[in-house]
Amino acid sequence: MKALIAATPRRALVLTAVLAGVLLVLPAFANAYILSVAILILYFAYLGQAWNVMMGFCGQLSLGHSLYVGIGAYVSAALFVHFGIPPWLGIWAAVLACMAAGAAIGVLAFRFGIGGVYFALLTIAFAEFTRIGFDHLDWVGGSGGFFLPVTQREFNDVLALRGSPVMFYYVMLALTGAAFAFCTWLLRTRIGYYWQAIREDPDAAQALGINTFRYKMLAVVVSAGMSAFAGVFFAFYYNNLFPEQIFSMSRSIEIILGPIIGGTGTLFGPIVGAVVLTVLADGITELMAAFGWEVPGVKQVFYGICMLAVIVFLPNGIWPTLARRLGLERSNRGRGDGG
Amino acid sequence: MPIELVANVTLAGLLTGLVYGLMALGLSVIFGVVRVVNFAHGEMMTIAMYAAVVLFAAFRLDPFVALFPVAAAFFVFGYVLQAGLINPFITRPEHTQFMLVLAVAIIMVNGLLMAFGPDARNIPVDYALDSFIVGPLLLDTVRVYAALAAVAIAGGLFLFFKFTGTGRAIRACADNYLGAKVVGLNVKKYYALTFGIGSACVGAAGCLMVLLVDVTPLLGPGYTLLAFIIVIVGGLGSMPGALLGGVLIGVSEALAGLFFSPSAKSMFSFALLILVLLFRPQGLLGKRP
Repeated sequence: MKALIAATPRRALVLTAVLAGVLLVLPAFANAYILSVAILILYFAYLGQAWNVMMGFCGQLSLGHSLYVGIGAYVSAALFVHFGIPPWLGIWAAVLACMAAGAAIGVLAFRFGIGGVYFALLTIAFAEFTRIGFDHLDWVGGSGGFFLPVTQREFNDVLALRGSPVMFYYVMLALTGAAFAFCTWLLRTRIGYYWQAIREDPDAAQALGINTFRYKMLAVVVSAGMSAFAGVFFAFYYNNLFPEQIFSMSRSIEIILGPIIGGTGTLFGPIVGAVVLTVLADGITELMAAFGWEVPGVKQVFYGICMLAVIVFLPNGIWPTLARRLGLERSNRGRGDGG
Repeated sequence: MPIELVANVTLAGLLTGLVYGLMALGLSVIFGVVRVVNFAHGEMMTIAMYAAVVLFAAFRLDPFVALFPVAAAFFVFGYVLQAGLINPFITRPEHTQFMLVLAVAIIMVNGLLMAFGPDARNIPVDYALDSFIVGPLLLDTVRVYAALAAVAIAGGLFLFFKFTGTGRAIRACADNYLGAKVVGLNVKKYYALTFGIGSACVGAAGCLMVLLVDVTPLLGPGYTLLAFIIVIVGGLGSMPGALLGGVLIGVSEALAGLFFSPSAKSMFSFALLILVLLFRPQGLLGKRP
């Protein structure tokens, strides 16, 4: 930790501290709308971080991360609704279920040597398969949706995840902060270096004696387990779950857009990407409403054009370029190069 | 369940599957040669379907005739897309290329949504309800014609790749990028050409498909996935494989709709994909890498 701080430019430390301070006091100044946008940003920043472990660190492209979010959400919500098990307990069941799902996909793919685009398609296939399965699973409402009971409460109950948006904001902020710290730590461990070696050149990594199967599995399982937390949050924040929504491929794509636009493999990339995309999406919606131009699809077309612009002009993502401009580059290695 | 019904449904699935196969053929050609994940494939298909709808509404142009101008326009579009946008990304990591094409796909789906709205459209050709009766079997005329057209186009493409110089050059680029460059082929030009050919395929397939299903803008992503499943099941780079995969998926969809529920039909396609990926990753007719 000390070494990490010593290696980071003073300016970066100050900016990080300022950012953390602003985020901590934000609810005191924000109205309900700003708060909801902030929660959404944190949610996508967190999920982006989780996805980044698999793709950014270890180089395994998952296009089906909605699978883990959905399983996490459904497991915790079903335990809560059917058995009255509170989310702080149910979350561990959700994490285990997601890790099991991730491990199943990982074993099947890596044992049979499926990589690259094929692996990505396998992740989509599993997510879609599960979505259709949940559509027909009446125990959790099927395609008609699964609803958590909503009651008006006088106080916030953090352990039961029932309370005001401010409480949810702090829960999500804590999760995002923890994920950031966790990933920072991971990158500096032996595991992190093994992952980066596998990402850069799997054959060379194997030749150096790294058990690539084990470490790829670890990346999938860690990423899946992290995503479970976001799923539990989703279930208790929105109180309704539909397989069509939570497992859909467009959800998976929303998850990965942030880190890719922000900068794959970097620690701040997922956060920057989540801010840019969420603000952009909401800004466009507001702008459309202001002009009274409510044609479906306009927002997404702008979205697509902005995405295209970032990919063509900032191929490594926004963060690496931004960090260089702001003079926040760290003096040693330890951060990916966005590849 | 009466055997005639099962036979009828199977046959209808087989005919639809051949049109699927033509669509997947376009993807197979692009993916097999350019090695770019064309995640806008299904979206291009829906654009072609809308093009056929518009041409029919404006000029009463039969989709079997509209197929030619649409395929030509798609060839130009694909060529320009590859030459202008994707070629600079050829040496970039896979996920970057993927995001690039995905951005194009998002623009396409929602552009269609802006232009046509979310309502389903179809083409009311006057032979839409005709059918051939062969013994106990009842075959929709449009389905038979569409399947025949798909097979004819696929056959033409096969001959092109097998027997023309350009086709041979494209296969060389697919086999060995560096080798093709060394012998003096302009690889990027052939890539653009290939993307154009693949696009023309999907353009033609769209004109045929619009006779079989109603089109909405949101069909796009589903067709993209379907095309990928077919290509992987059939075997990457194998042209007969794409058709075989299309037929398999078409039949399995039809039977799943009959025996279970229509909403479960894509579950069987995904299950088929997972099985093939696990036990024969090179696809049914693909060569071992």
